[in-house]
Amino acid sequence: MRPGGDTTAALRGAAERRWAVLAGIWVVLIAAPFWLPLVHGYTSLGSRILVLGLAAMSVNFLIGFTGVVSFGHAAYFGLGVYGAGMMLRYVTASTPLALVAGILLGGGAGVVVGAMICRSRGIYFAMITIAFEQIFYYIAYKWDSVTGGYDGLRGFQRAPIHFGLFTLDIKHSDLAFYYFVLVVFAIVAGVMGFLLRSPFGRTLLAIRENERRARFLGIAVDLHIWLSFSISAFCIGAAGALYAMVNNFSDPSSLYFDLSGDLVIMAVMGGIRSFWGPLLGAAIFEVLQDYISSRTVNWLFFIGLVFVIVVMFFPRGLLGMFQRRRAA
Amino acid sequence: MLQLVLFNLFNGLIIGAFYVLLALGLSMILNLSNVINFAHGNFLALGGYLAYVLIPYIGFWPSLLIAPLLTGVVGLIIEQTMIRRIYGRDPIYSLLLTFGLAFMIQDACRYIWGVNGLPLATPPSISRPLSTEFFFLTGYRVFVVGIVIVAVAALFMFLRFTRMGMRIRAGVFDLETVSALGINVKLLRSLNFAGGIFLAGLAGVLAGGQIGLNPNMGDSLLLPSFIAIIVGGMGSLVGTLLGGLLIGVAAAITTVFFASASDTVIYVIMALVLLLRPRGLLGEEGIL
Repeated sequence: MRPGGDTTAALRGAAERRWAVLAGIWVVLIAAPFWLPLVHGYTSLGSRILVLGLAAMSVNFLIGFTGVVSFGHAAYFGLGVYGAGMMLRYVTASTPLALVAGILLGGGAGVVVGAMICRSRGIYFAMITIAFEQIFYYIAYKWDSVTGGYDGLRGFQRAPIHFGLFTLDIKHSDLAFYYFVLVVFAIVAGVMGFLLRSPFGRTLLAIRENERRARFLGIAVDLHIWLSFSISAFCIGAAGALYAMVNNFSDPSSLYFDLSGDLVIMAVMGGIRSFWGPLLGAAIFEVLQDYISSRTVNWLFFIGLVFVIVVMFFPRGLLGMFQRRRAA
Repeated sequence: MLQLVLFNLFNGLIIGAFYVLLALGLSMILNLSNVINFAHGNFLALGGYLAYVLIPYIGFWPSLLIAPLLTGVVGLIIEQTMIRRIYGRDPIYSLLLTFGLAFMIQDACRYIWGVNGLPLATPPSISRPLSTEFFFLTGYRVFVVGIVIVAVAALFMFLRFTRMGMRIRAGVFDLETVSALGINVKLLRSLNFAGGIFLAGLAGVLAGGQIGLNPNMGDSLLLPSFIAIIVGGMGSLVGTLLGGLLIGVAAAITTVFFASASDTVIYVIMALVLLLRPRGLLGEEGIL
């Protein structure tokens, strides 16, 4: 250890740097509709990446910060998609209610499933999450009359939001919708960030680092894993609800385990040890997928190759490599 | 009614036999190497396609053995070049790696053999119906059940009575100690992986003769195989065997009474098992 004066100065420097990075991230996100066209992007692509990034960050709450691998999180994402879609389609054309419906449906399912599986660990935990995901997929697939079955649920559109004095027309304006998504993103990401900095979040990190030691310290490990699973399901449910509004469509493939794999690779590409990594990973993966599928009919092969290359050569992800270099 | 029930029971046995072949291979790899092989269903398809290529040259019977062997060799190469490197790392990496491999093998099969289904020619000697009253007892389906019984029996004999088999079982129990006793654990894992893939390839040849070949033919079998392992209990191959048969037969019997629930019933069974006996029917204490 260095002498005390240096340490406090270093700590203050680190804190300042963290604030600078955070401010930089938000400036980039808020300004996205203005710089995206400069790099041949468009505003609705920004909305899409933000939503998938939020989903990947929710998955990473569990994988990166609790140390438990779920490979079935598309289930709670997809339930968010269907919750919002069904609210808009059958009940009322209200965006806030649709958001609430998606969050409750995704999160509620997460609470139930989490309670059943929180005792298993490691690769077995992953396997059981996949199996449970398939249940929800089958329900959406088979229950034609309500979910639209194979064709998905259509016939709804995101509705303008009325604030009394003024109306935010997210239905017709991509720009307004982007900022709406950004606000929801900020709230959900803020909740996750706040929880991770709380004693609860520190406990999750302790479980990730050494479960046995955490147990010896009297931490109720299974309970914490259940809570973390549930929180992550609520957050990804919000992302799913937004996704329904991005597409104005509830697609059964949003419940399929291929999407779970995509979300996990996004998190890994960005770096599972960093809070913002999954957002970066989502941006890279989406752009890469768009590019590959526009270039070749054998895009699936190359997407698979991306997975293999990331695992073999960049397992720490982009921000992970950056962090390590700074630490060295 | 009796005939209908018997018909579905037999159907369930056939589909259960496919689950068993696939799930046993998955389970072997999972137990010894702690890797879930997402590409297992795609190795199944590869086995079927290799048989399709081989049959015009060497006939059906040799292909039944050679095609799975070649699939096992492909599996061995993939294990040596890629999967071996992620042993012992966080499970997330093996999941992602085999997930990517599944995409690659599936698309490669589609590129080489086309999107459309291909028929796999089976010899006429085993394609006849055996009985007019029980029309569903075609020779081929009885043959499938027979081959699966032989393969499963051979696998259990191998694990029980050969030196290599005993080492594999010991490795499932405690790999570190096995390694400390001077046994080449890397080789053990490689051969075990290739063995699991061999079973997938065999299932592919058999399934090809039954339903024809297409690049996604393994997809619908992969998830039920996971369920078979979960229901049977992690770490127990006998459990996997029972689990596969149980969910195959349960789904088929459900078809008789409530057809639209036949896909869901296996998940209900899984949920019940997890609630009442979290380690599975024959699972080892402590793993789950």
